Amino acid sequence: MLGRRRKRRNIVMEALCIAATIIGLLLLASILTTLLWLGVGGLSATVFTSVTKPPGSHGGLLNAIIGTLVQTAIGTVIGTPIGMMVGTYLAEYGGSSFISSAIRYVSDVLLSAPSILIGLFIYQLIVQPMGGFSGLAGSLALAVIVIPIVVRTTEDMLRLIPVSLREAAAALGAPKWKVIVLVCYRAARDGIMTGVLLAVARIAGETAPLLFTSLGNLNWSISLTRPMASLPVTIYQYSGSAFADWVQLAWTGALLITAGVLATNIIARLLLRGSR
Amino acid sequence: MQQAAALGTLRRRLPTNVGDAVFAAAVRASGAFVLILLGAIIMSLFIGGLPAFRRFGVGFITSTDWDPVKQIFGAAVSIYGTLITSVLALVLAVPLAFGIAFYLTELAPTWLRRPVGTAVELLAAIPSIIYGMWGFFVIVPVMGQIIEPWVIDAIGDIPVIGNLFQGPPFGTGIATAAIILAIMVIPFIAATMRDVFDTVPPVYKESAYGLGCTTWEVMRSIVLPYTRVSVIGSIMLGLGRALGETMAVTFVIGNTDRISTSLFGPSNTIASIVALEFPESPAGSLKLSSLLALGFILFVISFIVLAISRLLLRPRLGA
Amino acid sequence: MSAMTGDATGQTSSFGGLTKPGEAALHQPRISIHDLDFYYGSNQALKAITLDLPDRQVTALIGPSGCGKSTLLRVLNRMYDLYPGQRATGEVLMDQQNIIGPDVDVNELRSRIGMVFQKPTPFPVSIAENIAFGVRLHERLSRAALNERVEWSLTRAALWNEVKDRLNTPALGLSGGQQQRLCIARTIAVRPEVILLDEPTSALDPISTLHIEELMDDLKHDFTIVLVTHNMQQAARCADQVAFLYLGELIEVASAAQMFTAPRERRTQDYITGRFG
Repeated sequence: MLGRRRKRRNIVMEALCIAATIIGLLLLASILTTLLWLGVGGLSATVFTSVTKPPGSHGGLLNAIIGTLVQTAIGTVIGTPIGMMVGTYLAEYGGSSFISSAIRYVSDVLLSAPSILIGLFIYQLIVQPMGGFSGLAGSLALAVIVIPIVVRTTEDMLRLIPVSLREAAAALGAPKWKVIVLVCYRAARDGIMTGVLLAVARIAGETAPLLFTSLGNLNWSISLTRPMASLPVTIYQYSGSAFADWVQLAWTGALLITAGVLATNIIARLLLRGSR
Repeated sequence: MQQAAALGTLRRRLPTNVGDAVFAAAVRASGAFVLILLGAIIMSLFIGGLPAFRRFGVGFITSTDWDPVKQIFGAAVSIYGTLITSVLALVLAVPLAFGIAFYLTELAPTWLRRPVGTAVELLAAIPSIIYGMWGFFVIVPVMGQIIEPWVIDAIGDIPVIGNLFQGPPFGTGIATAAIILAIMVIPFIAATMRDVFDTVPPVYKESAYGLGCTTWEVMRSIVLPYTRVSVIGSIMLGLGRALGETMAVTFVIGNTDRISTSLFGPSNTIASIVALEFPESPAGSLKLSSLLALGFILFVISFIVLAISRLLLRPRLGA
Repeated sequence: MSAMTGDATGQTSSFGGLTKPGEAALHQPRISIHDLDFYYGSNQALKAITLDLPDRQVTALIGPSGCGKSTLLRVLNRMYDLYPGQRATGEVLMDQQNIIGPDVDVNELRSRIGMVFQKPTPFPVSIAENIAFGVRLHERLSRAALNERVEWSLTRAALWNEVKDRLNTPALGLSGGQQQRLCIARTIAVRPEVILLDEPTSALDPISTLHIEELMDDLKHDFTIVLVTHNMQQAARCADQVAFLYLGELIEVASAAQMFTAPRERRTQDYITGRFG
């Protein structure tokens, strides 16, 4: 017989947990609503066709958008192969040796490291010797963030592949590297793709590392050896300003970047679900 | 016909082994690269901060001075701000994250689990600068106009505790930063906790239910003890995330160069001061070196927290 | 104990597809195994195995669980190379070369000795791609020649008619029995001399099992077949020669007819009559 006190306590706890969940969902709703409410007003063709201009000159965000696309793309293109190679090493070659435990550990550290520190690192490594901020430095900082994400995804996905599939490929006379590249990568393709998409979503929204590497650029520039604009940095610069049209553009930019990031996230999840 | 082919073909053929050797070397080199990368990051922060460490010595950590004119810099305010906002954020985040994780694993009807879980994970995916902006434009006014005045009136006069809630209600400050950080960290901790709760073998829970335990009692007496270590690990993971957070905090912490005893007072975190002061730090300057030294300190703190969390999480989640 | 028996007589029509009375003799060995030992770490799994595998006939390896029959099979295509800690000593001769020796190109060897596994393992690509995969590893064929090879191997594996209109659809869409026949087609596409079958029908339904047994009967005209099976009726139906292993040792080897009518060893007798295993 369930005592009244126990029952009451249970109801209270359950109610609190439901309340916590509702709070979480309300916060999400609040953020998304704020973005929509304040960002939609500034949406116009100009946003996509004009570069950033001084306040009052009807500027847009074109260079920032392109800058984010370029740096995200290059960061992903550089970071993904490295991450895949390391993940392959951990799953296929390293096993449980000390070295592979160390590499796994280090990868986790990089995964959780504050991204601002990665920005500082690239600043010292690339920006100072080069004598200036650049889109290349920004891309490299993003690549460093991508690597550990892809390492973990690749290792997890490769470990899921059954031994029988590898043996079947080997039995046909495939050397180890072909078993991995032609069979294992193919079998793990969807999972690895999901990891890459999640990495893309992550770096597209990063601000801090870019502050120290590509700095931002109020003019049009797609040169990798010059400072390059990006959406998060431009939002940062605009939102703290005293000019109403800049603040409006900041909100619009925030809406755009959030929409892009969430869309990429959802696509990644659908991809993973579809492959099961 | 077969015999003629036989003797020659079974001998080792070069291309195959070359392929394997090249591929193996490439993956090993990548592994080494990752190790070197971390080493390089640590070293560059340390070497960059060395001038500051040399100039100020250990006092760098305890000094609250931040004077670009007199070229005297200290880390105390930033370290204080980093620690207090992160710890406060966890105090706020952990109960909520636990509630969400409990809901997702035990209370939610099956059809709700995935949508709610996805919503929670989307909350984690929102870029931190968005949190910063939303915090500044939405939370700060609420804090400054409603919550802070009310709290200062209600608790501000109580001895001892009241000291925590003093000062003009700017709306920005340590408390607001802690709240924003908490909201950022909640989905993170909730997701990890949920994964940890899911590792409890159903047998244990079923036998408890069979004895007539309520859902809460099963959680308290079976799930939590079973996952206690991993739960702490996931909290530590959240702490690590909060420590390094830059953009969300920078908007709302209210830049200052002294330690405030009031939670409503302004402060700095290591991440926020680095972001704010970097544009005015010329290359090679002592100021830049101090910022790098701060970065090194942040790295050390994060590393320790991460190491502890990994140690605690590993048995359960096989990290 | 010599493995060359070949002294079965007349009434052999119900055994090993030996339909003609005079054809009871076993052919010359394709592979000769001498004094083969195998170790999993420090544990010896095969002891001094000496056995001949006759050319273009079916040899069945039978015995209770854990007797080493699969281990022996996997020595023949050096599967154990994939796992450190597993090693084989002794001689396994094919064309006067010891295939477990150090100087052997293992990938080349596996193109001449193919293997089909217990669980069908199609690759996550199309049906045609599955077949082409093995071929491309060893030969450079034109598109037309490749298509021809795909058709040939699917025909030999009795799968062509069922899949000829969907060669580019995913192989994972096939039924279990079809997937196993696809694996067989994939194996014979590289034109090996020997095919190793590791309990190929134990995961299949009876009708698919029958298909594959009929297939074996056809394939042995061109390929030497070594079959591991725990199903004695299957061994009786399909094999020309049967080898009985127990606890890592070769207890007896004889033609199928002799093995199932008049085995010489007591233990063979006990196993066949179901006293253990």
